[in-house]
Amino acid sequence: MNKKYRLFILFIPLMIFVVGCVFLFKGLYTDPQKLESVLVGKRVPDFTLQSLYDPAKQYDASIFKGKKMLLNVWATWCPTCYAEHGFLNNLANNGIYIVGMNYKDSRIKAIRWLNELHDPYKISLFDEDGMLGLDLGVYGAPETFFIDSKGVIRYRHIGNLDEVIWRSKLEKIFNEME
Amino acid sequence: MKKLMLIIVVLSSFYSICSSAAIDSFRFDNIAQEDAFHHLTHVLRCPKCQNQNIADSNAPLAKDLRTKTYDLILQGKSEDQILKYMTDRFGNFILYDPPMTIATIFLWLGPLFFIILGFSFLFVQAKKHNKKEPPLEAQDALRLQRILSEDTVETKQKEGRK
Repeated sequence: MNKKYRLFILFIPLMIFVVGCVFLFKGLYTDPQKLESVLVGKRVPDFTLQSLYDPAKQYDASIFKGKKMLLNVWATWCPTCYAEHGFLNNLANNGIYIVGMNYKDSRIKAIRWLNELHDPYKISLFDEDGMLGLDLGVYGAPETFFIDSKGVIRYRHIGNLDEVIWRSKLEKIFNEME
Repeated sequence: MKKLMLIIVVLSSFYSICSSAAIDSFRFDNIAQEDAFHHLTHVLRCPKCQNQNIADSNAPLAKDLRTKTYDLILQGKSEDQILKYMTDRFGNFILYDPPMTIATIFLWLGPLFFIILGFSFLFVQAKKHNKKEPPLEAQDALRLQRILSEDTVETKQKEGRK
């Protein structure tokens, strides 16, 4: 009994070491730039924003109702947005409803971008001063929000959206939304 | 006279006007508001450039957050309300001083745990040390006495040789 107990004591440092290793090893593969969104499970905050194309046309939070959709935050100053744009076009062609939010950008540049690269967005919001972005907790572009038919945010994807990550993870999340 | 001038020049070189890193101008109604702004921008962390507070950071997002903080202060919101506004959007990450939650409880209990562990180890050791050995049996005591006396004789002999 005593021997077993001493053996146990002897292995405590090793156990602490192993736990520490697991903890640090996990740290190697998590990106500290990716933050959890606190808005998951909450409604899209209220807003009134102009349409990107037409300053006279205004939208509010009621556009996020009736069907599940993606809200893609993008800007012309963001290289990753350029990289993922082709894939957004693919998604749109496959019938996925995407709302675009042009974030802290210039209207002229943004319209030119959409004309040149094709416009995958059913609705384009223009968030010039980034205040809806702030309400959504956006801290960079691109970010893509998964919104269900009741207007509740279910998931937030940060960074590049491409075929690989869509197939492996995001498609499932999108399909499981109501 | 020349000396005095020299002293003044040298002394003035040590003096500098404190300038803040971020260059925007905010006007406040009173000093309390300005203090609140100063405090808040130093305790809020920039989500984009993660090791700077929003007062230090030049990221556009930090600028937005400063502007928002300023607006909220002018609206008469208290510091707690503004901190809540920020955590409602960006999570606890935005606070440099994390609240006590299940995920962070180790920060408080961890040190306590190790202190208790250390003291209990010391306590157990001290108790072991204090434990008195059972008195020797008569035979053993005699043997010990003999050995000890032999030993002293030997050492004395050795010393004598020297």
